[in-house]
Amino acid sequence: MNSLSSIFPIYKRELRSYFNSPVAYVFIVVFLVILGWFFTSNLFLMNVASLRIVFELVPLIYLFFVPAVTMRLLAEEKKSGTLELLTTKPVRDIEIVLGKFFAAWTLLAAALAPTLLYLITIMSLGKIDIGPVICGYVGLLLMGGVYISIGLLASSLTENQIIAFILSFLIVFVLFMLDKILMYVPDAFASTLEFLSMDFHFSNIVRGVLDSRNLIYFGSLLGFSLFLATVSLERRKW
Amino acid sequence: MSIAVHNLTKLYGEQKAVDNISFDVKTGEILGFLGPNGAGKTTTMKMITCYMPSTSGTVEVDGLDNTQHSLEVRRKIGYLPEMNPLYLDMNVLDYLEYSAQLHGLTGSAMQHRLKEMVHTCGLEDVRHKDIGELSKGYRQRVGLAQAMIHDPEVLILDEPTSGLDPNQIVEIRNLIKQLGRAKTVVLSTHILSEVQATCDRVLIISEGKIVADGTPEALQQQFQGAESLTIELKTNAVNPVDQIAPKLRTVGSVVSVEVLSTRDSLSRYTLHIEKNADVRENLFRLAVVEGWIILEMQRKTTSLEEVFHKLTTT
Repeated sequence: MNSLSSIFPIYKRELRSYFNSPVAYVFIVVFLVILGWFFTSNLFLMNVASLRIVFELVPLIYLFFVPAVTMRLLAEEKKSGTLELLTTKPVRDIEIVLGKFFAAWTLLAAALAPTLLYLITIMSLGKIDIGPVICGYVGLLLMGGVYISIGLLASSLTENQIIAFILSFLIVFVLFMLDKILMYVPDAFASTLEFLSMDFHFSNIVRGVLDSRNLIYFGSLLGFSLFLATVSLERRKW
Repeated sequence: MSIAVHNLTKLYGEQKAVDNISFDVKTGEILGFLGPNGAGKTTTMKMITCYMPSTSGTVEVDGLDNTQHSLEVRRKIGYLPEMNPLYLDMNVLDYLEYSAQLHGLTGSAMQHRLKEMVHTCGLEDVRHKDIGELSKGYRQRVGLAQAMIHDPEVLILDEPTSGLDPNQIVEIRNLIKQLGRAKTVVLSTHILSEVQATCDRVLIISEGKIVADGTPEALQQQFQGAESLTIELKTNAVNPVDQIAPKLRTVGSVVSVEVLSTRDSLSRYTLHIEKNADVRENLFRLAVVEGWIILEMQRKTTSLEEVFHKLTTT
């Protein structure tokens, strides 16, 4: 048997559980309503053919929404005892983590997909530079991936979903805020803090530069969180 | 497919949940784990199924160590956990399919197993319902079905009949018995009649230690203590306590006599008798000589309940 073959059934089950319950629909609808409200109200005010609003607003919405999407992923299985079922099947812990990660990521992508309508609308209104837009969406997906991996880690640490939510919110909030407090920090730390902040890398990408430094930042944060989540799942064996 | 447990110990902090136990289970054997709540049954099962590591000691399934070959071992085991956790938002068929896929089943082989398990566990009527809507009995069957979906050689069932009604209990027991012919089954329970009805062998554990090991019959014999005999007599005696009890006491092998009740000419006694002695014949002769009429005579032998009680309370 392929060593990672269980990812797909776990992914499928998780995704189905999102879409069989109101969770996915509430998430997508609220996400689009908030985004749509600010997008349309600002678009004509600024009178510029750009998706800047989307790329400014989505990271903010992520702060609350990603923890809400990820909080139940492992905490619920722990609480209901189904994790015992899952981990006594011939399934590696990493397969569980990855299956759930991709399911949440898919949900996030499903919420982002309708915003492509904005792009189509704007393209009909004026000329838009498509390069940065593509980069921006890649950035949004990467950032969402990092937040999901952090949320998954938080969810693996507790069987209480509220605690998982607050914990992952705190972590992503700190990552988000790091480059907004630079002026209060001694210069020696400033550049380090800036490099660690989410926004610094994201704004680089949105400018249309897919620099390897930014990709490595997102990739390593994502990988490290997923690794920690797997270790935390194995903690039952310690 | 055998299970070999050697010197297995599990500590929760300072407390020994499982204390240095060893046993083997052979292929085709149905082993009953018996013990009061908190004796270490569930913990032992969790260690066999690779959910929990042992503090010390080893578990081998079919010669494979379950920490070094965890995935291999898990592939061979079907497990029904204690509280039978299930995904309540999934429907029965989807859930069984999910379990089958996690065991690497695909395509027509999987469809075949799904059909078979739905049939064997009597889930035809509910297969499209959400598990959350099912009664406890049906949920238990779903739990059994997922444990057996990959046709495992070893079945570990933690209280498989809890929450079922008497008819369902009989059904599930028959199912386990039928499966047990070809497979190795370990089941835990605190229902004693269940052990007598289904198991080839019983392990009684108490406070993390094995206190008895053997067939249900052997255990009963081994722990048979003093028997007792309850009789009801019809006599003309005015004062049975003084007149009859001492005479009963004179029959050989009777250790003591207890007067249960007297009403008019009827009186009841419990006679405590030496081990392996049978006083019924002598008692009858005495009654004939004294002119008593025996209305009832009931012999009590040690039941598995009493064996259990003796072994698990100190």
